[in-house]
Amino acid sequence: MMQTQKISRKLKATRRQENIAGYLFMAPSLLFFVGFVVFPMAMCLVTSTFNYTMSDFTFVGLSNYVELFQDAIFGKSLINTVIIVVVSVPTVCLFSLWVASLIYKLKDIYTSAFRCVFYLPVVTGSVAVTVVWKWMFNPYYGLLNYVFKELGIITQSVNWLGNADTALWCIIVILFTTSVGQPIVLYVSALSNVDHSLVEAAEVDGATDLQVFWRIKWPQIMPTTLYILVITTINSFQCFALIQLLTSGGPMYSTSTIMYYIYYEAFKLQRYGYGSAMGVILAVIIAAFSALQFRLAKSDN
Amino acid sequence: MDHSVQKTTAYKVICILLLIVLAILFTFPLYWIITGSFKDARTINAAIPTWFPTQPTVDNYMRLFEKPAMRWMLNTVFMCAMTLLLTCVTAAMGGYALAKKNFTGRKLIFSIFVCAMALPKQVILIPLLKEMAFLKLHNTLWAVILPTVGWPFGVFLMKQFSENIPDEMLEAAKIDGAGEALTFTQIVFPMIKPGVGALAIFTFITAWNDYFLQLIMLNDTNALTISLGIAKLQSELSTDYGLIMAGAALGSIPIVLIFLLFQKFFTKGITMGAVKG
Amino acid sequence: MKKLLALLLCMMMLLPTMAMAEETVDITLWTYPIGNWTNAETVDGIIANFNVTHPNVNVTVQYLDYQSGDDQVTTAIEAGTTPDIIMEGPERLVTNWGAAGKMLDISDLWTEEALADIGATSEAVVAACQTAEGVFYEYPLCMTTHCMVIDKAAFEAADAMQYINEETHTWTTEGFENALRALAAAGVNPTGIVYCGGQGGDQGTRALAMNLYSAQFASADHTAYTMNSEEGIKGIQKLVDLVNDGVLTADPAIVAGDEIALFCNGTAKMSFCWNASAAVSNKASMAEGIVPFPMAFPSDDEQPELCGGIWGFGLFDNGDDARAAAAKDFVKFVCDDAEQGPQSVYATGFFPVRASFGDIYAGTEKAENADFAIFMPFLGDYYNVTSGWATQRTEWWNMLQRVFGGGDVATEVGAYVDASNASIVK
Repeated sequence: MMQTQKISRKLKATRRQENIAGYLFMAPSLLFFVGFVVFPMAMCLVTSTFNYTMSDFTFVGLSNYVELFQDAIFGKSLINTVIIVVVSVPTVCLFSLWVASLIYKLKDIYTSAFRCVFYLPVVTGSVAVTVVWKWMFNPYYGLLNYVFKELGIITQSVNWLGNADTALWCIIVILFTTSVGQPIVLYVSALSNVDHSLVEAAEVDGATDLQVFWRIKWPQIMPTTLYILVITTINSFQCFALIQLLTSGGPMYSTSTIMYYIYYEAFKLQRYGYGSAMGVILAVIIAAFSALQFRLAKSDN
Repeated sequence: MDHSVQKTTAYKVICILLLIVLAILFTFPLYWIITGSFKDARTINAAIPTWFPTQPTVDNYMRLFEKPAMRWMLNTVFMCAMTLLLTCVTAAMGGYALAKKNFTGRKLIFSIFVCAMALPKQVILIPLLKEMAFLKLHNTLWAVILPTVGWPFGVFLMKQFSENIPDEMLEAAKIDGAGEALTFTQIVFPMIKPGVGALAIFTFITAWNDYFLQLIMLNDTNALTISLGIAKLQSELSTDYGLIMAGAALGSIPIVLIFLLFQKFFTKGITMGAVKG
Repeated sequence: MKKLLALLLCMMMLLPTMAMAEETVDITLWTYPIGNWTNAETVDGIIANFNVTHPNVNVTVQYLDYQSGDDQVTTAIEAGTTPDIIMEGPERLVTNWGAAGKMLDISDLWTEEALADIGATSEAVVAACQTAEGVFYEYPLCMTTHCMVIDKAAFEAADAMQYINEETHTWTTEGFENALRALAAAGVNPTGIVYCGGQGGDQGTRALAMNLYSAQFASADHTAYTMNSEEGIKGIQKLVDLVNDGVLTADPAIVAGDEIALFCNGTAKMSFCWNASAAVSNKASMAEGIVPFPMAFPSDDEQPELCGGIWGFGLFDNGDDARAAAAKDFVKFVCDDAEQGPQSVYATGFFPVRASFGDIYAGTEKAENADFAIFMPFLGDYYNVTSGWATQRTEWWNMLQRVFGGGDVATEVGAYVDASNASIVK
């Protein structure tokens, strides 16, 4: 009896110690997280029930949300956001894996050179990159029309950014060029770190290149792939500067994403309450998406 | 020669050629920016492009430095450095706690972190603005730094890395009488260092390119960052492309150089550890 | 005794200045890019002149741009970090921030003398700087009429100058159409580009669409937007038809600044966004062989109503009387001082609102700016003060994108007017 009491007291003490230590270590990040993410998010929830403009602040209940679900532009922006994420995440991953698998076995200097080249757009900065791409997409004397006409792909000049059918794809292309840099660097290191004895053993057993890749390399670079999936998803969701600087969401909202539309409602039309309501919906969607992605990744492992 | 070997060689040649074409495409924007920054107004706006400036001019740079461009650079460096430092320290500690400390509420906190991980900052822009104004931080670089540090992605990443630390090592340290702080700095930190490296790179790039928060939080000409400074060089009735290109060149060359110099370190840092899902 | 008296007098004179020197007031000024008011050298010079007489006021300047300037002011308003003085036009100072209760009533700056002097130039200016209730939120410095520009060399080559009255710089709607067809027949493509993207430069596309059939943009009492009138729809329909005929281009992807750049490099043969200041700031990038010839917008009766620009100062309500007083002193000095006033206007490249300043460009290096004075008689109603202006402006671009994208003109213009009118604060 005495013995068990002693043990349970000891357990309690360890438990308390763990709690204190755990929270002490958590404290700095929790402070920032609660202060600059959770608290504003809660405020966002509150303001989303107000008609909140530059000169007005009245409680309106859920009417912002009701309006939101009838707003065709919100629907369009949501679809555009999904298209960007769904298209760019897999293409970025596959492309960077392809490039990495080609360059990681080259001589060191060539590997470095290629890695650096694909990293350049990441560090060039959105503003300058947009100016250059705008010039290339230009329908009057842009490079793209010139090249495509010479190659016989098109006969008439196309206004790439001015056409509702092509504008979003232009954004995706530019986003793509600014996104593959980091994944390539990561994949090159992951591939060169694959256990060579396993690869050699498989080759001795007569496995083809493709088999070696799928059976041996792919499982070993899986953690890197997961990491790349996560950061690319985050980057794609946050694609904003490109849209703001290149198309302002147009033409006819064909490049408007939820992120841009929130900014547009809040800062161009000064409808803060409505913008907040949109933010809440987006937060719910993204939270669900992240949770799902995490679950899937975990069960996969 | 074996038929299949021939086939793979052909495939490889095509691939390398394709890579070179892509490499040119990827290098082109920076090339165009740097050469553009040495062109005069008429040449840079011409309908027929000049591929290389035949009469280079430094006029664009002269005009750029009439503005506080150096100040913008320093601001950007300060902002990135502070963000990086604070993120890495807080995330390393938080991640370790989530992975190895069995405290009450751990699961709940981690779930919330995962859900908030990909949240774009636009979602909370209005309350964040009000909060910064209340804290008297609006119009200072801290208004950009603090929310970036608060983003939970770093903690998530560090938790994944910390899980690789063998429990036996922590137990052994405890038996040897090492305190919590000592265990963290002497045992945990060296083990998750590669992860911290990966996080540092990600944070640095995010902070450098995060145009949105800067746009909302910074007004003062002397408080601007380089990317915001460049964006604000455009005016309504005339676009001074030369000036924009000069600003962009100034903003990107240092970071390209950093990447070139520390390339080995970057890639090595990431290789040694693996991220567990 | 005399010496003592002199000393006493001296001290009495010095005392107030000493007291003043102790109390330094810091004020901030934000300017949108209006002519040379973007240039630190020019603005610092103006502040230095001001400090000669007001050494105790410390003025700090921030330069805004039209791309992100409005966002910055919005954030500053929400963050409570607004400047003391801001330089822009009535559509922002009066209609937007003034109507939202963020600005100070500056009726006291509008003395009898100022009312008379500015009214002598145009009563429309006086009307534009106040709300319907007669509260003044702007004290104006300069004004202009927005016009368009053509490349005379290209027009001559296509034999299209015959459709233009070179003396008055005007043309009819029919003449405009004929000129476009002549240019297109001579192989010019694009002739002109109707830009439909972005924020600034809306005055150009607006003036083009409304003048073709003399439509009214807003009701006379500025309480409703009226482009859904028969004339308004007819004008926009005309533009759509010209685009469909291939003699005019519509581009949803470019903004005014891009369109001007395309004119300057010879791609387009006209620009719809021009004024005295644009002529100066685009000189350096103008390709050789282009002869810029400013024109009024085409109109069916050749009596265009040009859109005005009125720039001046407004004061944000920061709840500090000392700063407000200092800010008023600054505004008075910049706009009213007999010597500084004309210099301040000269820096903008536009025309003084005060009739008493006369021709400030004669004999200067900006002498050609005076050429733009020819358009002043065409200054139309300053409808920019209609409530809901910010919403109207974003809706305008969306409407243009829809009609040029194949939407039915009457339906789309109707939708645009409805959305704009819905945002009017009654």
